[in-house]
Amino acid sequence: MATPYQDRKLPDPVLNVGDAHYFEAAGQGKLLLKKCKDCNEVHHFPRGICPFCFSTRVDWVEAKGTGTIYTYSVTRRAGPIAYCIAYVTLDEGISVLTNIVDCDLDTVKIGQKVKLTFKKTENGTAMPMFAPA
Amino acid sequence: MTIKGKAYIAGAYEHPTRKAPDKSVAQLHAECAKGAIEDAGLVKDDVDGYFCAGDAPGMGGISMANYMGLKLRHIDSTDTGGSSYLVHVGHACEAIASGKCNVALITLAGRPRSEGSSGTQVRSRGTGVPEEPFEIPYGPVTVNLYAMAAMRHMYQYGTTAEQLAWVKVAASHHAQHNPNAMLREVVTVKDVLESPMVADPLHRLDCCVVSDGGGALIVVRPEIAKKLKRPLVKIIGTAEAPKHTMGGKLDLTYSGAAWSGPRAFEEAGVKQSDVKYASIYDSFTITVVMQIEDLGFCKKGEGGKFVADGNLIAGSGKFPFNTDGGGLCNNHPANRGGMTKVIEAVRQLRGEAHPAVQVKNCDIALAHGTGGSLGHRHGSATVIMERE
Repeated sequence: MATPYQDRKLPDPVLNVGDAHYFEAAGQGKLLLKKCKDCNEVHHFPRGICPFCFSTRVDWVEAKGTGTIYTYSVTRRAGPIAYCIAYVTLDEGISVLTNIVDCDLDTVKIGQKVKLTFKKTENGTAMPMFAPA
Repeated sequence: MTIKGKAYIAGAYEHPTRKAPDKSVAQLHAECAKGAIEDAGLVKDDVDGYFCAGDAPGMGGISMANYMGLKLRHIDSTDTGGSSYLVHVGHACEAIASGKCNVALITLAGRPRSEGSSGTQVRSRGTGVPEEPFEIPYGPVTVNLYAMAAMRHMYQYGTTAEQLAWVKVAASHHAQHNPNAMLREVVTVKDVLESPMVADPLHRLDCCVVSDGGGALIVVRPEIAKKLKRPLVKIIGTAEAPKHTMGGKLDLTYSGAAWSGPRAFEEAGVKQSDVKYASIYDSFTITVVMQIEDLGFCKKGEGGKFVADGNLIAGSGKFPFNTDGGGLCNNHPANRGGMTKVIEAVRQLRGEAHPAVQVKNCDIALAHGTGGSLGHRHGSATVIMERE
């Protein structure tokens, strides 16, 4: 038994003010995080204020694009195509919600090394995803 | 200040319907309110405080107050998802203790079954929600979010699918005695494991039901409770705790119960071993395992072993839980299970549970809920009650 990755229709993100830069960068193949200039903590999803020290001096930084799978679930009965939702712990130390793609989903494991890739939503927005490294 | 002993649960009512295509959500709320008020032996005009959450149609509690013709001096529409009604019990105690109201009504109702809701739909919480652009395209649904918590728990602690299945097996043993339960058939571990996989590692029978219905509670000050003819159910400890993704430093192996539980026990002045009956929110089997650990009924990571081999079955197990059949088998109205958790705990303390599942000498009970998701954000709430 195998569950090969298949493309599926991805709903478009409905952006809030301040989110556009993240998705523009994703369109150029970059995963951006927010980093606090005062406490040096990185956070995700990106905010206009640091959720650790509440400084407003937060700026975009580019993630290396590598990490390990913290947890996942191959979702088999939410629509016609199975998909693998996951949290990946980036090498920067924080975990991001994502999908694991471009592999046999039945081989996905916690602790597995993964690398950044992108898949497009229905309106062409690039979403950061991960595939086995 | 403590709420210990400052308020009592005088009325409790669970709507018998599990499918209500012919009733509006507002009508269901009102029917639940009527049932709880009558259960307490009060009348509508005795109610001067009203508590409801996001399932109540309209703005906060105002539309429902209007629909029901309530005359209020206190209103609270705190929404922490399915745990809201446990939070409301705590808030009602606080309002009564500080003199803001005397008779608090809490209602829940919804018809997700008639409206075709399911736990495999991607749902937006509205406009301007900050995390949604970074989550919704990945297909987070209720089941796979809890499934990710389950997967990590299995990885970290060795919890097995068989152990999770025992939670459902125990709930089904209880539901067979509940004529209103949506699923009354007793199931086995094998049945759970052979049911379709929805989102690894959760099978269909690891998931709660989708049902219409609702429930309501009446919380009153002690002087009023003592004049009524119902058994005295005193609230002795309450606590609430939201948990979220912590900027990305997330840990899905524990729930907010790890914070709300100890505070509620401290306020109540009782220990885990004093609790004779527990209602534990069972949106999924994993939810029960994690909350039992976080509330301190067993060591962290040993929840799987704790729930296995029938330990949760009333009469034979050491830790009888959800004797109405819980959300897994009985009822999960409005996709929110906190209300029915309190109601069954009240039945147990009154000695009004079904005789087949009634816990002997049930003097202390706990109800706990998780609203939202163990996979990203949730509100936890714990309520401890004592039969006086």
